[in-house]
Amino acid sequence: MTPRARAVGVAAALAVALVLPLFVSNFRLFQFTQVGVYAIALLGLNVLTGYNGQISLGHGAFYALGAYTTAIMIDRWDVPYPLTIIAAGVLCLVAGFLFGIPALRLEGLYLALATFALALAIPQILKYFEHWTGGSQGIVLSKPNAPWGLKLSPDQWLYFVTLGVLVALFVLARNLLAGRTGRAIVAIRDNPIAAQAMGVNTALYKSLTFGVSAAYTGVAGGLSALVIAFVAPDAFNVFLSITLLVGIVIGGLASISGALFGALFIQFVPNWAQDISKAAPWAIYGVFLILFMYVMPRGIAGALRLALARAGRRGTGTRA
Amino acid sequence: MLRRTILSALLAALALAPAVTMAADTPGVTATEIKIGNTNPYSGPASAYGTIGKALGAYFKKVNEEGGINGRKINYVTYDDAYSPPKTVEMVRKLVEQDQVALLFQTLGTPTNTAIHKYMNQQKVPHIFVATGATKWNDPKNHAWTMGWQPNYQTEGRIYANYILKNVPDAKIGILYQNDDYGKDYRKGLHDGLGEAAAKKMIVMEQTYEVTDPTIDSQIVNLKNSGANVFFNVTIPKFAVQAIKKAHDIGWKPLHLLNNVSSSLGTTLKPAGLEASKGLITALYMKEITDPQWKNDKGYLDWVAWMKKYYPEGALDDQANAYAYSVAQTLVQVLKQCGNDLSRENIMKQAASLKNLELPLLLPGIKINTSATDFAPIEQEQLARFDGERWVLFGELYDAAKR
Repeated sequence: MTPRARAVGVAAALAVALVLPLFVSNFRLFQFTQVGVYAIALLGLNVLTGYNGQISLGHGAFYALGAYTTAIMIDRWDVPYPLTIIAAGVLCLVAGFLFGIPALRLEGLYLALATFALALAIPQILKYFEHWTGGSQGIVLSKPNAPWGLKLSPDQWLYFVTLGVLVALFVLARNLLAGRTGRAIVAIRDNPIAAQAMGVNTALYKSLTFGVSAAYTGVAGGLSALVIAFVAPDAFNVFLSITLLVGIVIGGLASISGALFGALFIQFVPNWAQDISKAAPWAIYGVFLILFMYVMPRGIAGALRLALARAGRRGTGTRA
Repeated sequence: MLRRTILSALLAALALAPAVTMAADTPGVTATEIKIGNTNPYSGPASAYGTIGKALGAYFKKVNEEGGINGRKINYVTYDDAYSPPKTVEMVRKLVEQDQVALLFQTLGTPTNTAIHKYMNQQKVPHIFVATGATKWNDPKNHAWTMGWQPNYQTEGRIYANYILKNVPDAKIGILYQNDDYGKDYRKGLHDGLGEAAAKKMIVMEQTYEVTDPTIDSQIVNLKNSGANVFFNVTIPKFAVQAIKKAHDIGWKPLHLLNNVSSSLGTTLKPAGLEASKGLITALYMKEITDPQWKNDKGYLDWVAWMKKYYPEGALDDQANAYAYSVAQTLVQVLKQCGNDLSRENIMKQAASLKNLELPLLLPGIKINTSATDFAPIEQEQLARFDGERWVLFGELYDAAKR
């Protein structure tokens, strides 16, 4: 894909995103806000799993940590919500980095299992610290209103907030991954020994990648607390972590735009499945999953890239 | 290039002013239809309850086949929320904003209903007969659009306290409860019912378990060793079976008070052993459908006939199906009372104007009453002792509204 085509694509996507609130109901907008939230979480997981090759089955835990950071700060201390989102990111950065250090000793499936333990533990841990988390009752929040007298509904405002955070974090991820840091991260995935031989501090990079990945997911969790206006342990069960993994694989591993496609998939496909069959929605969902994997083994982003490259070759006779 | 393209897109977008409006007088109601919304956990950890959502649909099918309510058919829209609060929020917003239901009925679960509590009251959409025993749904002052249905857990806790105070003056009480709001509500009810002084004197040990624990054997042993002669057993069926068996096996014979949640013969007492279950005491408000004393009862037989015709895949030994049948009948009564005024205000008003409503599967004598200040439809329960074969009702109906 030429840089020009990519610029047009990004601009078109942004334009659609910006005018969307004019054309869809508040409910649809709420769904797209959730897509934005998932996309941020998926990008975080993709940096870790897609680019760095570390499999995590426990990112739901960081999502929960971010959500509760935001909820507790707003509920207990009346902190302005933008600060709580930043705090959620920072806290998850630290937590992810610290978890990344012992995780260095674990490779592949062993790491997947260790992170899975995290996902299993989090709902119970949340119930244990009832004094802070409200136990299984959770914490109820209010949706923030639009500031500066803007004539936007809370749903519209949260949509733009999420969109803003999403764009900022996507640009950040792109810049991070396009430079030497990104090359180091990918080199560790492809051949850790060669990477080390070339002078990459694999231990530091792996832990840092874990931290950054967790930070993204934490920010997403914090935003989700605002969007849903409620947090409870039941929202952060193992299934959430697995859903996130499904999202990055379907969207496209090691692809920034893949996070967006994956988010659309995990938001809308379960609903479609339910519309198709009330009796066996998860069977339909499974069929969708298998179809997607069969038709687009490199995810939606990979398939698009391939299609664009083919179209480009046919159109100009040159390789894109 | 990139920057300029994005900027021009931004400007184009901002030039258009956002404006979203919605208008409809009584959403979901036409001359021939009333649309009602519901969420249930058809998948996920609580999917055993999903049968309630299906049974409700089966009941409305019967109502529609018999001509509907005041000429209107019920269009029942139910979605899976997998017991996950964010999913509940999404599905309920879909029901209210997109499907335009007239009211929300029997949404299931305490955390899931908590997540939509504020939203429903802001939207002023009836959120009635929610499927949870928490106490907070009876709050007409602050949440005028939300109403529970079943007796709440605290009320039931007070019933047992009352019984203990009257019959076991030298009680040494051991409590086992699930470590969540359900268990804590029961515990609070017992504490409140005993009063502070008596609670301090009588309760000798409190043990908890997590719903994910494999067994509760050690808790039972601890409770026995504490010297308790009254055992307040606040557990869901899986653990109630274990508790009854274990207490029997280690020869602990306290006055055993079992919470209503696990009072089913089919799911608790038979698996635990009818001999071991002898002497259990519980508080009931519905006929236990697996109890042989009702096998010739008209209400029970009608229910079985309905199950066989409209919900043949449902289990005849699952009390949840009887629960769904009864709560659906309550809604039908509300809608009948509404007549032709199906505004949301009137639906709430009629839900809060139920007078001495008796249902075929409620215990004889139990009446549903609501008012503008009383959003707790069922407040009566009766104690029953298990005689090795059936629950034998004894004592008077306990009425929480009268205390």
